[in-house]
Amino acid sequence: MAEIVSLPDAVADLVHDGDVVALEGFTHLIPVAAGQEIIRQRRRDLTLVRMTPDIVYDQMIGAGCARKLIFSWGGNPGVGSLHRFRDAVQHAWPVPLELEEHSHAGMANRYVAGASGLPFAVLRGYRGTDLPAHTATIKPITCPFTGEQLVAVPALNPDVTIVHAQRADRAGNVQMWGITGVQKEAVLAARRSLVTVEEVVAELEPRPGAVVLPTWAVTRVAEVPRGAHPSYAQDYYERDNDYYQAWDPISRDRDAFTRWLDEHVFAGAASPQPAVSAGGGPGASTPTNAGSTS
Amino acid sequence: MSQSASVPATPATPATPATPATRPDSASAAAAAESTANSTVAWTADEMMSIAAARALRGGMSCFVGIGLPSTAANLARRTHAPDLVLIYESGCLGAKPDRLPLSIGDGVLAETADAVVSVPEVFNYWLQPGRIDVGFLGAAQLDRFGNINTTVIGSDYADPAVRLPGAGGAPEIATSCREVFVVVRQSRRTFVEQVDFVTSVGHGRGPGDRARLGLPGAGPVLVITDLGVFRPDPDTRELTLTELHPGVELDQVRAATGWELAVAADLARTPAPTDQELIALRALTKAGS
Repeated sequence: MAEIVSLPDAVADLVHDGDVVALEGFTHLIPVAAGQEIIRQRRRDLTLVRMTPDIVYDQMIGAGCARKLIFSWGGNPGVGSLHRFRDAVQHAWPVPLELEEHSHAGMANRYVAGASGLPFAVLRGYRGTDLPAHTATIKPITCPFTGEQLVAVPALNPDVTIVHAQRADRAGNVQMWGITGVQKEAVLAARRSLVTVEEVVAELEPRPGAVVLPTWAVTRVAEVPRGAHPSYAQDYYERDNDYYQAWDPISRDRDAFTRWLDEHVFAGAASPQPAVSAGGGPGASTPTNAGSTS
Repeated sequence: MSQSASVPATPATPATPATPATRPDSASAAAAAESTANSTVAWTADEMMSIAAARALRGGMSCFVGIGLPSTAANLARRTHAPDLVLIYESGCLGAKPDRLPLSIGDGVLAETADAVVSVPEVFNYWLQPGRIDVGFLGAAQLDRFGNINTTVIGSDYADPAVRLPGAGGAPEIATSCREVFVVVRQSRRTFVEQVDFVTSVGHGRGPGDRARLGLPGAGPVLVITDLGVFRPDPDTRELTLTELHPGVELDQVRAATGWELAVAADLARTPAPTDQELIALRALTKAGS
């Protein structure tokens, strides 16, 4: 049964130095507040996994949390590049970053294999590309029935998967809707899981197309309103496009980034900011319950 | 998907005045003459590119849409001549009908207007991989003479790149499994290179027969639209060949912006100039999306 706890307690319990940690959320429902809590607790040597590392992974990489990244597309959607990610790859700042690079189809299938309890997945992908030459986790395989040459990718089984959802009930059953990406597979593939939610409600009302994760499939739930900001939570708040734009100049400069980190992430632990109003730039990113009691 | 913003500088092409068609005997030239007559405002090379790319999409097609230039073109097509174009985004939105240009492949407006929202494993495994999708519409940081795409690294050393680009996203399998691929890219010697530094997504490999040898079911890139013209693979050599020049663009400009010895079609045509209707629709779309 999922235990409902505070975000700092959940991260302290579940995320350890050296772990393989996946934060998923495909543009929608990105668990940003949880990522920033990992920075605040100064986790190190993580292998970070994510199909689309974007701003929150740029922040975690820039803060020195990661030694390796397993991914398929790293960018600031609609804006450009991730400059902390680039600085780590091109100049090993603040620490070197090893890459394990896939395509979206490959990553999605690796989670499917992980959730299915299988050692690998098969797909018709990567052929003719330069990716297999640089990524050891892409191997050719022959179909035993047709002889077709296909590709095998190993299961992903993170130590911890963290996702964000709209709601949980008091028993810890989780409900999410809209674009739900690869979150179900990522949670079921993981040894431990944390779901941050917009709100904990007495009872989950059925929703068309919703994904429900039963409480017994989740390790911890933490209530973190606006915990996906600057991404969005359908029916709660819109994507904060200005934040994504504003991130670009902050992330280009090591000093500007370090200042941002001190002011908006580390300062949050000592003096939690009041609830964030709608909109706001990267300065409004501190989760509302940082350092709150459980 | 590839992000055009991460691509090295592209030529700043000034607004190009409409040029009358040079081949009055062809259908496209006739259309150009008519369009030119209808077009009362100047346009930019970027606008011509998006409009030419939109025209390539036909109603009823299903189109797997990359973010950036492809998304602009696909949404413009839906607002002009192809209202029943089926837009598919890798976030799992099938049949999205956004009323404004999405900034990402997973904006809320895509999910809210979609015929169905499915998981990411489903969109790749059930919809893309079996070949259900007509056109994959991609961007590129580098494109080579055989239409191979690089969105991974600039520089010859993967481990120590000159520029680290976002990576593959959905593109390798879109290029594998869609029935056809269209590419839209701003053209310069930095983007149009003899051979890409890294093959992220396969076009026509190193020439004829390569796609079949690799077991790639789709036809690969059949159309490349740039800010200077339109390219199609030669039926025999599979090399990208200039088949249309945009209005106001000279052949030498295209040669100067191509990193290999450019092949030019014997029946080189002029792209019909943008109509006022196309320009108004495009500007409304990009203004609303910004």
